[in-house]
Amino acid sequence: MDMTDHQHWLLPEGIEEILPPRAARLEQLCRELIDLYTSWGYELVIPPLIEYLETLLTGTGEDLDLQVFKLTDQLSGRLMGIRADTTPQVARIDAHILKRNVPTRLCYLGSVLHTRPDGTGGSRSPLQVGAELYGHTGVASDAEVLSLMLETLKVSGIEKAHIDMGHVGIYRALMHSSGLDTDRESRVFDILQRKAVSELKQMFSKWDVPAGICRLFADIMDLNGDIAVLSEARQRLKNTGPEVMNCLDELERIADAVSKQTSGTALHFDLAELRGYHYHTGVIFTAFVPGRGQGIAYGGRYDDIGKSFGRARPATGFSTDIKCLLAHQTDTASLPMGIFAPCSGDPGLLKCIKELRQNGEIVICELPGQTGGPAEMNCDRKLMLQDGNWKMVKV
Amino acid sequence: MSDVITIAVSKGRIFKETMPLLSTLGIRPVDDPETSRKLVLQTNHANIRIIIIRATDVPTYVEYGAADMGIAGKDVLMEYAGDSLYEPLDLGIAKCKMVLAGPVDSIIREGRPRVATKYVNTTRNYFADQGRQVELIKLYGSMELAPLLGLADWIVDLVDTGNTLKANGLEPLETIMDISSRLIVNKAAMKMKHGLLKPVIEQLAEAVTKQCR
Repeated sequence: MDMTDHQHWLLPEGIEEILPPRAARLEQLCRELIDLYTSWGYELVIPPLIEYLETLLTGTGEDLDLQVFKLTDQLSGRLMGIRADTTPQVARIDAHILKRNVPTRLCYLGSVLHTRPDGTGGSRSPLQVGAELYGHTGVASDAEVLSLMLETLKVSGIEKAHIDMGHVGIYRALMHSSGLDTDRESRVFDILQRKAVSELKQMFSKWDVPAGICRLFADIMDLNGDIAVLSEARQRLKNTGPEVMNCLDELERIADAVSKQTSGTALHFDLAELRGYHYHTGVIFTAFVPGRGQGIAYGGRYDDIGKSFGRARPATGFSTDIKCLLAHQTDTASLPMGIFAPCSGDPGLLKCIKELRQNGEIVICELPGQTGGPAEMNCDRKLMLQDGNWKMVKV
Repeated sequence: MSDVITIAVSKGRIFKETMPLLSTLGIRPVDDPETSRKLVLQTNHANIRIIIIRATDVPTYVEYGAADMGIAGKDVLMEYAGDSLYEPLDLGIAKCKMVLAGPVDSIIREGRPRVATKYVNTTRNYFADQGRQVELIKLYGSMELAPLLGLADWIVDLVDTGNTLKANGLEPLETIMDISSRLIVNKAAMKMKHGLLKPVIEQLAEAVTKQCR
């Protein structure tokens, strides 16, 4: 490949580096989030960056397979993959390695790589952070992870998040009773994700599907909005059986629990939302923030994955990309400035510097013959010898 | 901008056929895009504006959320690679057909037929679904010329009256799909501006039903 000199230093598309002062803010946020999860009882796990492909893809769908970078292990000849999502790894750790009988709360933070840029964000190297709760079925654990996702956004300085909630069980129940074959099911699935009501009606009349069934699918595409949608859904979907009603109950109870914990969050419901349908088994939720045309944090219930690792465990959790969170911070506090210390071996000075550093100050030692003074070195104070003592003075 | 609705529309036929629909909702642009050079048209509603962009850019603006809604032909949407748009309404305007066309009484040569088109994704999928191997040639306009000069055996293009095909010695061979314009909506806007957007979608749906009668 022919590259001119200045092209040698370009990074691959969707791969980025983070520089000062953003890197410091990002690191600060990482610590705050892990501290937050720790205070809720979520233990940190550090899964490997690379694993055998079959382990990495167990229990996940085709979508993830396409996103994984693959390479051959020179030691075993087997295919390895660089993780594109940490969640399945954490599920494996819970089901296959920890094997606890009590509810297990785990969190993680680390880079993932995607073969193709995600949606409109363009990044192929998100810094994924998330929390997962294993071993409990029911709305209490879903409400807990959703609340923790909201808390994550708050700690990240993101106000005004909108939460969109859905439940894959509703679509699954309707599809089950519709009697459509898998080929037609995938067509309907595609239409629902685009809310293309007119297309659905055309398609169903072509297939001679009873009008009643068509109306139900059209209904769930139309059933989106605030909490009032749930009671409307109970009316419109009342003849569909107990499964759908249970899903609506779950949504209502989770919404109720979450609004008690965090006030002022806009909750929105969309009964035709099917993100991660092949992986999720219950409630799903997405956080949206103004100024971003797609979601910023995603979560939901995925009870089936543990089975693939030999131990069925109910599971619910969420994840997000810290780099995205950072980009949408509304308040960016300025970073602390340092103290400039002269170049000297004086024991008094060395003691003074040590104490300041122990107290959390940034102390930068001048180097012999260097260019630039305190201001250029990001310092707003300096150490000076006054009456035989080292004193800190403003510059 | 949380209380402003931005609607992306392309100039020409789609704009002309969209305006009567919008005016039944009481939405009228203050400027005429055919005479004005403005790309952002204010309307008689302070919180609704219309942006005028190229047809193929409409899904991009809407997917990124730069516009909340847009009006785009199904041909453009089929060709667009992204999948995170809502298409809640077939507006039934700017109707035409996407067809496979070739020279009248042509003899297809052996091997892979060459197909010239602006719609490479749609054409690739159409032939792949039937298990037919073809070679695609991407062109940006005047598709009808390609078979005449031996650049391609067939073309895939939009046909309204079919007169341009006929004038160039071509005829439609297969109808790939019926095309009309769709209302598209950004997914995040649908959730965050739900109170603003849903009434507009519902009223447009009513206007479309009335027009069909």
